[in-house]
Formats: sequence, structure tokens, C-alpha cells
Amino acid sequence: MKSRRSEGKILRFLLKQIIRMAVLLFLVSAAAFFLVSVSPIDPLKVNVGQVALGSMSQEQIAKLSEYWGTNLPPAERFLSWAGDFLKGDMGTSLLYRQPVSHVIGMKLSNSLWLMAVSWLVSGGIGFALGTLAGANKGKAVDKVISAYALITASTPAFWLALVFLMVFAVWLKMLPIGLSVPIGMEAAEVTLKDRVVHGILPCLTLSITGMSNILLHTRGKMIQVMESDYVLFARARGESKSRIVFRHGIRNILLPALTLQLASVSEIFGGSVLVEQVFSYPGLGQAAVTAGLGGDIPLLLGITVISAAIVFTGNFIANVLYGVVDPRMRKGRKVA
Amino acid sequence: MEEKKTVLSVKNLSVSFTQYERWIKRTTLLAVKDVSLTVREGELVAVVGSSGSGKSLLAHGVLGILPYNAAWSGEISYYGEKLTEKRMGQLRGKEIVLVPQSVSYLDPLMKAGAQIRNGKRDQGSMGESLKTLKRYGLDETVEKLYPFELSGGMTRRILISTAVMEKPKLVIADEPTPGLHLEAAKRVLSHFREMADEGAGVLLITHDLELALEVADRIVVFYAGTSVEEASASDFRDERLLRHPYSKALYMAMPDHGFCAAPGAQPYIKDRPSGCPYAPRCERREAKCLEKVDYVSLAGGMVRCVKAEEG
Repeated sequence: MKSRRSEGKILRFLLKQIIRMAVLLFLVSAAAFFLVSVSPIDPLKVNVGQVALGSMSQEQIAKLSEYWGTNLPPAERFLSWAGDFLKGDMGTSLLYRQPVSHVIGMKLSNSLWLMAVSWLVSGGIGFALGTLAGANKGKAVDKVISAYALITASTPAFWLALVFLMVFAVWLKMLPIGLSVPIGMEAAEVTLKDRVVHGILPCLTLSITGMSNILLHTRGKMIQVMESDYVLFARARGESKSRIVFRHGIRNILLPALTLQLASVSEIFGGSVLVEQVFSYPGLGQAAVTAGLGGDIPLLLGITVISAAIVFTGNFIANVLYGVVDPRMRKGRKVA
Repeated sequence: MEEKKTVLSVKNLSVSFTQYERWIKRTTLLAVKDVSLTVREGELVAVVGSSGSGKSLLAHGVLGILPYNAAWSGEISYYGEKLTEKRMGQLRGKEIVLVPQSVSYLDPLMKAGAQIRNGKRDQGSMGESLKTLKRYGLDETVEKLYPFELSGGMTRRILISTAVMEKPKLVIADEPTPGLHLEAAKRVLSHFREMADEGAGVLLITHDLELALEVADRIVVFYAGTSVEEASASDFRDERLLRHPYSKALYMAMPDHGFCAAPGAQPYIKDRPSGCPYAPRCERREAKCLEKVDYVSLAGGMVRCVKAEEG
């Protein structure tokens, strides 16, 4: 009886989340479509070329415009795109002359591991440093770590990327200057090591800029915990400071930190757009910029929807995790 | 009868805080001033005073867990041994234990059992914690509960269990009864009485004089950060046996003795007069009450009043 009721609850929860996601994706794609349709970039001009377009007659242009559907009202175009999207057809990229799903799959596989590594590194190191700083509030180690966090928090990702390029690629010549594989090499010859070496600088940039958020948050939470009654009582019971940090501190700050890090997927995503641009890294971010500048609406919309879905998934996991891990929420729901 | 050993002796303890006023002016706030008391084996001594009178700081001072911006002076001895911060660190949680006030002193994300055993997982501790829980009328299911699932009474008994587990020689209970109905509060206090009867020294910090009188051997009355009187519990049967005007006022304020509150309020420690802190409210105040007033022995107790001997 009880389990059936909780099963119903889970189903309702999932259904709610799915509806939420659908609404979100609809609104995001509509907004993106609206922005593209008011953009001054003329898809015909971009795709055919200024000169070629100039040499065409008015009838030819009108015919082409009709063929591509650029003369239709925006709402109609959006609905026809959305209808095809629901059927699984994301359209054809104007720039790559390939199905959008194909392009996104390829770019995403380049980007995804980059973002995943940056997300893990910034999360792990940020959490560790934040714990260390918070447990030693006011001491030298805290001041150094806090200063570092504040500086990186106010450093633009693209600027840091340029500095790294200059130092490691231009001056020291230790790492490649860009792209994801060596220039002029056949795809079959590219080794894993090549890929890793090309990913180091973008990863480093993303990790460093993504770290300050979780670091400062963890530090604040840790300070709060160290000033709590239960830590005072732990001290009164003779627990050493390191024991307090590991036994009570981390237990109480891990969950909020994890939630924050999952919710910050969007920031890593946003950062990757800039960083990939600087390093000419052929990932999803760079494809988005190219699509935007080139008036490649199907590709741009496809990327927008996929990114929104990934970010939503991060938040969704954070939501679920809280309910599963925190005994106050888990048991509280059972009682209710 | 054999003289009982003194477990805790506090002499002239003062606790001060360093503060910054408007960021630049450094001031020292004397929160606890010139407090003396002793606790002997098998004895339950209650420190009674209203909120903000510095009672909890006394407890934290003895345990060596004052906040970082606090400094203390005076002498704290344990079985005749003068305590240093380092020695306090070795004793606390083992021979000297604290029983705190409320559920907020338990880790919200740790099960009760683990907190009672303080992380120990061996067979002996498991048995011991179960025995302790049984003693206080709780069973093993409580071990699996998180603090938010505990009732007020269960929380107190678990906090007491954490103390009893260590077989302490000195128990410091900081306000163990607020939020409990009378029966539950009495039961909690009776547990402290049991600990004393088993030979430990118990220092009970409370604002509830009536409840304290039911279990305590001696009462130390706190007012505005200092001790104004030490009396045996039996002295509180008769107003004339009490030594300090504030204790007499407390006596008069009890429901059975007229329920009559003295006018005025306890001064904030910053505005405390230099002599007797009660002087501004005292009907029998004289000029010399505003000078330094010593804490002296009188009729088997202690008092800080220049006119006490006149009765």
C-alpha cells in the first residue's frame, strides 16, 4: 500500500519534470528562433555569397527564396521546424551540408569529454580548496585561497585562454596552439595522446574559471558548519579539528556542493563556447558561433535545444539527488 | 564521614571578549567577572541565573572551548591539578563531559547511534550504547534515527547518553531542560542526580531555580556575569537563610513565595557597575556597594554583599 503510493509519487514527479523540460525546450527554441529571425544576417546572402547573389536575376532569387522557405513568416517557419524536430528530423545544416543531428553528434563528442573533465576537475579541486579554506578561516591558507578564488572569479575565460595560449603555446612551445588534432594528419593516424595534448589548455582554462564558484560556496558553508552548535559539541567531546572536518564538515557540505556543481553545468557550457573559439577547438561551442554568424538556423536551433537539454539534465539530477541522499528529505517524504 | 574530594575548583575566573567598535576602536568586554565555585564528588551544584548572566561561558571556560576572541584569567583546577588549555583538551569528552542544550548540538546528518558512540564501532561500544539507551527508557530503534526525527525528550536523553558513555568524573549540563514539560524536565534532572549519586561531580547550569532546588546540593546564584551567592539548597527554604539581596528577590519571585518580581532588569554586562552588580536595583544600597565588593564566606556559603553580615 505504502510502496504503491510512493511509486505513484515518483511517477508524478517524473511526469512533472518531463512536462517542465518540454515547456523549457519549447520556450528556449522559440526565443532562439525569434532572435535569429530579427538578426540582420540574410541567409540567402550568406549561403549563396554576395557576388553570386548579385549576379542572379530577381526571378532566380525569388525562386531560391521560395525553395528555402526564407520568404515565409517566422511563426510558420518555426512551426514547420518544430514539427519536423518532433518527428526526429533536425534538418540539414546549411554550412556543413550534412544533417544537423550528424553535425551535433560529431561536435558534441569533441566537446563533451572536454566539458566533463573540466567539470570534474573544477568541482573536485574547488571543493577541496573550499573545505581547506573554510576550516581555517582567517588564517594565511584561507587568505591565499580566497584571493585566488576572487581573482579567477573576476577573470574572463577568453582572456585567460589567450594568456595560456601565449605562455604555453607561443613562448614555451610546450602545447599545441589550437584545434583538437595535429594539423595535416589523417584522421586514422591521430592517437589518443594527440587528442589529450590538444585538450589540455581548453580544459585548464575551463577548470580554473569554473572553480571559483564552487570554491567560495564550499568555503562559506564550511565556515557556517564550523561555527555551528554541533561542531562546538564535537569539540567539547574531545574530537580533533581534522576529525571534525572529516566527520561533520564534509558530511554536511557535500550535498549542497554537489547540487551547486550540477546546476553549474550551464556555466561550463557557456564558458566552452568562448574557450573553444579562442583555441579553434572544433566543438559544439565553436559550431554554435559559426552557425550564428553564418545564419545556419537549423544547426543553431539544434545546438540550442541540445544544450538546454543537457543543462536541464544537470539540474534535474541535482533535484533528484537531494531527495535520495538527504535523510531529512527522503524520510520526511515517506512520513508525509 | 570521609571528606569528599573536590573535583572542580574555579577561583576568580574572568572571561573577556575583544571587540571592535565601529571597526577601529578595540574594546574589552568582561563577560564573566571574578567567579569562584567548587564541585565535590557525588555533589550536584546548580549555577542559577537569568539569560545573559554568563553561565554558559563558565561551562565553556572549564572545557576550554571558548570562542577564539575570548580570553580567560583566574584558576581552574581538576582534582587539585591546575588546568591548562592543553590539559583541558585531553580531559574533555573523556573525564569532563558536556551535556548541551538542544538538538542543534547533534550533527543533523548523522544517526543517533553513531553520535552516542562518537564514531566507535566495536562490539563493546555497541553493547554499551544499547545499555545506556535502555537505562533511559529508549530502545535500539532510536539508534537508527536522525536528529530531526527525535522528540525533545528523546534528544535530551540521547545527549545525556553521550555523556554517560564516557563514565565521566565531572558532568557539566548546560540548560538541559528548556522546552520540556515539567514531568520530562524533572525526569531529565533526576538522571543528573543519579550521576552524582554514582560518584561524579555534576555542574548544572540552569535558569530554573525551582527545578534546580529539587535535585541540587548547592546553588550558585549568577547575576550579570558574576556569582553573588553560594548557598546550600536547603537555605532556599527560608528567605532569612539567604545571604544576598538578589537571592532574596529570586526567592520572593517564586510562585510559592509571593510571585513578586523585583523592579528593574539585569544590566547588560557592558553597563555593569564596578561594585556589586545588583546595587542599582538594591533597596539597601550604600555608597560602598559601588566600590569593589569581595566574595566572602558566610554561614557555610559564600556571598558578595557588604551588608550581608548585618542580615
